[in-house]
Amino acid sequence: MSKEWPLWEVFIRGQHGLNHRHVGSLHAPDAEMAIMNARDVYTRRNEGVSIWVVPSAQITASSPSEKGPLFEPSNAKVYRHPTFFDIPEEVGHM
Amino acid sequence: MYAQLVKSEGMKAREEMTPQEIAFQERIDRGEKIEPKEWMPEGYRKTLVRQIGQHAHSEIVGQLPEGNWITRAPTLERKAILLAKVQDEAGHGLYLYSAAETLGVSRDELMELLHAGKMKYSSIFNYPTLTWADMGAVGWLVDGAAIMNQVPLQRTSYGPYSRAMIRICKEESFHQRQGYAVMMKLAQGTPAQKRMAQDALNRFWYPALMMFGPSDKDSVHSAQSMAWKIKINTNDELRQKFVDQTVPQAEYLGLTVPDPDLKWNEEKGGHDFSEPDWSEFFDVIAGNGPCNKDRLGARVKAWEDGAWFREGLMAHAEKAAARRAQAAE
Repeated sequence: MSKEWPLWEVFIRGQHGLNHRHVGSLHAPDAEMAIMNARDVYTRRNEGVSIWVVPSAQITASSPSEKGPLFEPSNAKVYRHPTFFDIPEEVGHM
Repeated sequence: MYAQLVKSEGMKAREEMTPQEIAFQERIDRGEKIEPKEWMPEGYRKTLVRQIGQHAHSEIVGQLPEGNWITRAPTLERKAILLAKVQDEAGHGLYLYSAAETLGVSRDELMELLHAGKMKYSSIFNYPTLTWADMGAVGWLVDGAAIMNQVPLQRTSYGPYSRAMIRICKEESFHQRQGYAVMMKLAQGTPAQKRMAQDALNRFWYPALMMFGPSDKDSVHSAQSMAWKIKINTNDELRQKFVDQTVPQAEYLGLTVPDPDLKWNEEKGGHDFSEPDWSEFFDVIAGNGPCNKDRLGARVKAWEDGAWFREGLMAHAEKAAARRAQAAE
């Protein structure tokens, strides 16, 4: 059994000055081929103007079990949202 | 459909479920998406690997009947269109293999299961494409049936599968329309061309109806898959929808659906139609269709003939990485 090509995560920048966005993954022997494959697999209809590829093994992800400790603290901080503060109408737009 | 006979793990009554399984089912019932690293019942994972794998294999094997006509397309424009369509199918297969890989199985493992005959692909691709009109019938009927199945699957509970479906559905409409355009051209052509279109419809009608899988009364694996939202509609619901959508399109072409019992039923608000020959369906699934050996043989040959190339690129990548590491020292 031969060695499987490693997995890469693909990020594409769309036309309109947006961030690169994760679109999926693919297999390729090296970074150069990963870009070429990403061109064929993920941009057949002008979906992008720039491609990033990252070896999947290099991505560190938060674990679902940490969801509470990671994200719950911000739930309690409602004052971070502008709507927390009542500003009288006569003050005008703020 | 592209996954016609997916064996699902046994259905559990709520009182048999563990608290973890109950919480999982409640997330699905609330419409939450399940993501790769999250806890899921082993049966959910296994059923998804089977279904997404079968779906991916269908996309890849599905390139073969159409690939047959790329070098024989009637015009350069038709050739370019068909080539783009077949390339899309390869892309769809890759999106789906990627989705399956998030469940802890590798693409090469899935390929090897297919090649060993341990995983299936849709029965439809075991029929031959004998004339150019078949390119019309395949796009119109086969991709039409695929869309019918894939549109609801955009709402499936597994995040990566749902996202692959959304991407695929965006591209699929081109496939059906180009097929119908081929049919229109032939149906409006000479009497011989029209006969060719009718012949293609005659041969693909029942195999297309089989794509939705066996009748609900014989579909033993549906209940659990529907509870998990891996399957959204029953086989018969989708088949009915497909017939109701397709009959007027055939009428527009001036072609006759090859079913003498087909008629509009005012009361149910849909067509009555004949079921396909289910013994033929099970026979094709079991490996005895007209092209099963050719199709699988072509896949295995491509895989084996390409081995030196895959290995060569890998060896090159490893050498280049070693050279870079040395230069950096």
